[in-house]
Amino acid sequence: MNNGRKIFGVSALFNKPDDIINAAKIVAGKGYTEWDVNTPYPVHGMDDAMKIKPSKLGFVTLFFGLCGTAFALLLMWYTLSVDYPLVIGGKPFFALPAFIPVTFELTVLFATISTIIAMLIFFFGLPRNNHPLHNTDYMKKVSLDHFGIVIEAADPKFDEYKINELLKSLNPVSTAVIYEKEKVRYPIFEPKFITFLILIAVVVSFGTYLTLNKLMYITPFSWMDEQEKITPQSKSEFFSDERGMRLPVEGTVARGFIPYPFMGVEIPDKYLSNPFIPTEENLTLGKKKFLTFCSPCHGNFGNGDGRLRGQFPNPPSLHSTRIRNFEDGRIYHVMTNGKNVMPSYASQITRDERWAIVNYVRVLQRAENASDSDIEKIQ
Amino acid sequence: MKVDYTTEAPVIQERLSLAQIQELVAKPLDTKPDKKFFIALTISGSLLLFGAVLLAITFYKGIGLWGNNEPVGWGFPIINFVFWVGIGHAGTLISAILFLLRQKWRTGIARFAEAMTIFAVMCAGIFPIIHLGRPWLAGYLVPYPNQHGMWVNFTSPLVWDVFAVSTYFTVSLIFWYTGLIPDFATLRDRTASKIKKSIYSIFSLGWRHSNRHWQHYEKAYVLLAGFATPLVLSVHTIVSFDFAVAILPGWHSTIFPPYFVAGAIFSGFAMVVTVLIFVRKIFDLQSIITLNHLEKMNKVIIATSLMVGYSYAMEFFIAWYSGVPEEQFVFINRAFGPYAWAYWTMVSCNVLFPQLFWFRKIRRSVPAMLAIVILVNVGMWFERFVIVVTSLHRDFLPSSWGMFIPTIYDIGILLGSFGLFFTLVILFTKSLPVISISEIKAVAEGAQPSYHGGVNHE
Repeated sequence: MNNGRKIFGVSALFNKPDDIINAAKIVAGKGYTEWDVNTPYPVHGMDDAMKIKPSKLGFVTLFFGLCGTAFALLLMWYTLSVDYPLVIGGKPFFALPAFIPVTFELTVLFATISTIIAMLIFFFGLPRNNHPLHNTDYMKKVSLDHFGIVIEAADPKFDEYKINELLKSLNPVSTAVIYEKEKVRYPIFEPKFITFLILIAVVVSFGTYLTLNKLMYITPFSWMDEQEKITPQSKSEFFSDERGMRLPVEGTVARGFIPYPFMGVEIPDKYLSNPFIPTEENLTLGKKKFLTFCSPCHGNFGNGDGRLRGQFPNPPSLHSTRIRNFEDGRIYHVMTNGKNVMPSYASQITRDERWAIVNYVRVLQRAENASDSDIEKIQ
Repeated sequence: MKVDYTTEAPVIQERLSLAQIQELVAKPLDTKPDKKFFIALTISGSLLLFGAVLLAITFYKGIGLWGNNEPVGWGFPIINFVFWVGIGHAGTLISAILFLLRQKWRTGIARFAEAMTIFAVMCAGIFPIIHLGRPWLAGYLVPYPNQHGMWVNFTSPLVWDVFAVSTYFTVSLIFWYTGLIPDFATLRDRTASKIKKSIYSIFSLGWRHSNRHWQHYEKAYVLLAGFATPLVLSVHTIVSFDFAVAILPGWHSTIFPPYFVAGAIFSGFAMVVTVLIFVRKIFDLQSIITLNHLEKMNKVIIATSLMVGYSYAMEFFIAWYSGVPEEQFVFINRAFGPYAWAYWTMVSCNVLFPQLFWFRKIRRSVPAMLAIVILVNVGMWFERFVIVVTSLHRDFLPSSWGMFIPTIYDIGILLGSFGLFFTLVILFTKSLPVISISEIKAVAEGAQPSYHGGVNHE
């Protein structure tokens, strides 16, 4: 029967719930510690009869439930209040009432999963299919409709003969000695076989990688070298004009660029009026832009003696009576449209800056042609 | 038939022994499926396939194939989603709430109802995802650090839905599996087949029916039931927030959460009764799933029917009492507008027909209750139809009023979801014990020790 195996324990089977409660009480009373009762369903009052302490599982649930709460709140606080704050529906960045549903769900989720995992793995030591009780008559009976009790050999007071006598005195249906299982060696867990599997996995992965990514180099392993998108300047099969890049709709105006309607017109100054008054700020801007763009030809003070003198036909002085009598609009038009060899500056100088230059030119003209009465005014 | 209501009816009739109970429950797992099984599987499988093909065409062509269009942008998918989630709620109610209320009769039907919960939530989960239009982007609903640097909007009911439904599914599955572990162990110890034995061994995790384990196990069961109870209420509350948080007449209503939860339990119980009527007959479980069980469920149905009816009345009252003309228009339009037929189908199926359950004879007559619960299922589907479609189809601008006309794709995918549900139910009945063996043994007569259990022996 025992084949030289170690004894796991001595068992007895009962067929009435009252009997097993009684047996449990007596065994517990004798001071055994390593023993257990196996019943097909939880029998009421058994925990008291066995004198086992109340389950501490609730603490696991509480702890991990609170972890879930904290995780949910921290996640939402970090994402919506810190990392990417967005005003949504006028709510504050940390909108606690709107966070309650997710907090609740995560609390329940964390608590449930942790309770079950803790119970099965840490409280029960499952999964364990090689326990000595498995595949015994005893297990088959308690699975169906019997109630069993086992006193294990691990108990310090274990004595096979004494326990057999004790259990027999309780009017059991039967008693039996249960032996430890022989160690079973599974060939698939042999180190050689596992090494072999790992080797195959490595070879297959590396071979696949090499074949697909390096040798064959076909989609989708070609690192997206071939793409169906239309690149700039390439031909399109889809549009009838075969342009890959699309032209804007006729008359499209880019943002911030107001078209100038007087290009090439001689003197449109009656349609143009200076929108700026010569404030200090405006004049500073005008001066800066004048010195940058105008002074190379016109000179720093508009005398027509710029640094490029001689390389181009000299521009006229801005202090001639003719130019002093120009309307603001006309000077603006010259800058925008160009004149003679002077090109258009519309693309380099913005509209507002051109008007600022006009104001600055007026200042230069006034200063260069000051009368005595002007000097008196300053003094 | 005379029924004595003064004492509690025994949960199991005919004084079966524990071994007999186990044989009765586990027999369908050993016998070869008969012709009827395959006929039923063929019908449900065909529906599933039909729905799957139409869904595949939808994925290929886009959701323009459906009837959803302005002004009714939320059509069948959301109706079906709410419908199926609602069906699921009965399972959790039976397994968790009735467990906490110490209703012993729940043991006979809890396993089945929980399975139906899981299958119904699977059906429900499909619809919001396919309604996205590009279902392969559904992962964006999960908050994870992504290359856009953006997070989901945790203040939106649609994100709450993601959390609520996925948590609900996970917790239901865990609850269900936890209940199955001792049964797997029992099946492992009774089967003669080697293959079955190793499968059951794996799923039983080596359960030994040890009382030191039962103690924690029962504690865990109470804890899980305690969590599942507010969870089930929260899920349909959050589903109702999808509507209630929108500022739309007909949806923007504080009555929605309790109204939806009552409706969910109502429809869920109707579905459980529908399926149980067949299961107890086919698998010869009349002595475990007794007429008393069905009668008790019918009582729950009439109670929830009254709650739902009260909500219908209260919606109208609030529309009048609020003095908001838009709100009033929506409700008058609902009852007397172009969708009046749907509204009155809903009212008659949900409020009028269940009143027949006041009669004991009808409550205990299987054909009568089958007719009524099927009507309730129809009525509850129409309730969601009425809420979604009639609130949307006539909005503030009469120029943009329109009608919602479902296409074959809408209807086909709905039928497909029924196919999925019943296919899973049919497969379940043949592959797992439809009644919790360990729980039902525990409530059998003489299964528990007498009051001072064993004291006399000392």
